Amino acid sequence: MATMTSSETEKIEGGRAKSFRLPPALISYLQAAPLALILGAFLLLPILMITVVSFWDYDFAQMYPDFLTMNYAETLGSWVTWKTYLNTLKFAFLVWAITLFVGFWVAYFLAFHIRTTAMQMVLFLVCTVPFLTSNIIRMISWIPVLGRNGLVNSTLISSGIISEPIEWLLYSDFAVVLAMVHLYTLFMVTPIFNTLMRIDRSLVEAARDAGATSWQTLTNVIIPLAKPGMAIGTIFVVTLVMADFSTVQVMSGGQSASVALMMKNQMSLLQYPAAAANAVVLLVLVLMMVAGILRIVDIRKEL
Amino acid sequence: MTETKKPTNGISRRTLLKTASAAAGLAAGSGAITGFPTIWAQNPITLRQFGTGVSNLNAIAEKCKADLGITLEMTATDSDAAAQRAVTQPNSYDIADIEYWILKKVYPAGVIQPMDVKKLKYYDKVVPLFKTGKLKPDSVIAQGTAPHTVGFVEKPGTKTFAKGETQWFTMMPTIYNADTLGIRPDLVGREISTWADIMDPKFKGKTSILNIPSIGIMDAAMIMEAMGNIKYADKGNMTKEEIDKTIDFLIKAKQAGQFRAFWKSFDESVNLMASGEVVIQSMWSPAVAAVRSKGIACKYQPLKEGYRSWGGGLGFAAHLSGAKLDAAYEYINWYTSGWVGAYLNRQGYYSAAMETAKQHMSADEWGFWVEGKPAKGDIVAPDGKVMEKAGAVRDGGSFDERMGRVACWNSVMDEDRYMVRRWNEFIAA
Repeated sequence: MATMTSSETEKIEGGRAKSFRLPPALISYLQAAPLALILGAFLLLPILMITVVSFWDYDFAQMYPDFLTMNYAETLGSWVTWKTYLNTLKFAFLVWAITLFVGFWVAYFLAFHIRTTAMQMVLFLVCTVPFLTSNIIRMISWIPVLGRNGLVNSTLISSGIISEPIEWLLYSDFAVVLAMVHLYTLFMVTPIFNTLMRIDRSLVEAARDAGATSWQTLTNVIIPLAKPGMAIGTIFVVTLVMADFSTVQVMSGGQSASVALMMKNQMSLLQYPAAAANAVVLLVLVLMMVAGILRIVDIRKEL
Repeated sequence: MTETKKPTNGISRRTLLKTASAAAGLAAGSGAITGFPTIWAQNPITLRQFGTGVSNLNAIAEKCKADLGITLEMTATDSDAAAQRAVTQPNSYDIADIEYWILKKVYPAGVIQPMDVKKLKYYDKVVPLFKTGKLKPDSVIAQGTAPHTVGFVEKPGTKTFAKGETQWFTMMPTIYNADTLGIRPDLVGREISTWADIMDPKFKGKTSILNIPSIGIMDAAMIMEAMGNIKYADKGNMTKEEIDKTIDFLIKAKQAGQFRAFWKSFDESVNLMASGEVVIQSMWSPAVAAVRSKGIACKYQPLKEGYRSWGGGLGFAAHLSGAKLDAAYEYINWYTSGWVGAYLNRQGYYSAAMETAKQHMSADEWGFWVEGKPAKGDIVAPDGKVMEKAGAVRDGGSFDERMGRVACWNSVMDEDRYMVRRWNEFIAA
């Protein structure tokens, strides 16, 4: 890419001003500069600042530049942190497993059972309709459905199936997972649908000709080829769940904790260095998880 | 999150002159040529006020502009951000509208200058609760950061609070109230008379307390003491052992499923109550009014152990001097002269100078809000909404009955950081 453009530039430059010529290496750097600047200014610099602040001292009003490992010691030394991380990982695992299952089958149906491309696109757009409203609204609208006197409970009671309202529908881990699955399934559907659409249909036909059952075709041909899509969907869902605080707070009624919620609590009490230390720990953990996923599946294969 | 409210009703030069001349004419006509209020329109003065939002009301800024010609720029923050801003950006505000426990934190930083009571026109009318800690001579002084304990200093420049009443007042109290538990009388099914009732196994899974550590711990303390689990030396300043005991108890109750949810914001508490998810919970008085305005029965239940109270006031930034300081004194004198007090009383809060507020309220309003009498007509909020129908009586009764039975004030503890850490454990447990 870079060499092609530089030779083009040379041609144009050569036609006009012979004396002015940039060295090819510099041109490559210049071309990379805009993205490097943006990532540097809006990603690397803030992360660097967070890391620096995580070593500072603080009281209720101010932060004091310092080099203390106290924030990390307090974060990693407290059972609350461990419990909260475990809890968050539990949510991440449950939501990942359910969205992967649901997402794969939705994508499979769209890709292999809908005949016309037009219909596929229409149905895919139907999947995105709920995303036209905000996250918060989609989440909060579960509350009147699941509440003690909500739709589900009142329907079950009036139809005589249960006599007492079911308490664990709302303000429970169940509610948190349900809302997250609802919020994040599409992030799984889209990349899987994309990879399934790229599968060469003749491979499926060849499998059938060779005498494979539908199940064998699925497990030996389709799923292995869909892995990059699943990996991308997994990265989306896992990072979203690990960083979530509003869903956990609203759907658990403040009874359950997540890592991001813990950070938010610290920030609302102006304990920024403690929150920064927490953020660094979370960042390292999530990066390790993403690295693990990338080791298992080579997503570049299909991009 | 910071929200800046500016009264941008765009007063044109013309209306300004009109108001000014009308006010001047009124002053001359009534023979009250004492020079009060001075109209600051000729020499426009802007006062920047920031604070916790309860009394950051646009109506007050508009009325202040009309009466005094002083432009009020108001910024609302939450209480932790207010404490931080008060200390770290002392030049960013002229008037600090903060709670007394925040004052205790920030005053030693030297960012607030005391007021000379000789310049405060209505100082004599300020209720004695803020001077001696006693509403009536025979009242018991409540625990916690009681306003009178941080209300005075010996002289400007000192960083420690005076033991008794002096000439130097740290803050003019503006707004305060007595908090208790809110209940759904139709769903609790029995008399509620003590803070301990929230732990009744009968209400398992139907209770809630608020998840704001500095206030939640006080509610928890009221509950603990009511149950006879502990006797605090000072609820407002617990020792580490007392904090541990309180939090351990809360964790046990949480794991036994006593709580349905913990709420953090006003609307959450309203929804929990209105939907019937909880039947008894910590609540603030406007939230009770909001539930009732949906036509759902809700009571702000007085309890035998007394109330948990809170209060805020206006303090002068240390950098104020000259004309701006004069304007600030004038603003305080206007604030306490009655109109604002009546406005706050009508919202269910209390104002510092009750006598002056009375002149701006109808006899029925005064009877309902302050004397605890049945309303003769409908009680209307300042925005025109009907709050109570004729015949209603205020929960808890009169001002004296409510503010006379304060058991503790919101406060800041010496072991603040430890308490917050343990509180987070309770939420994560």
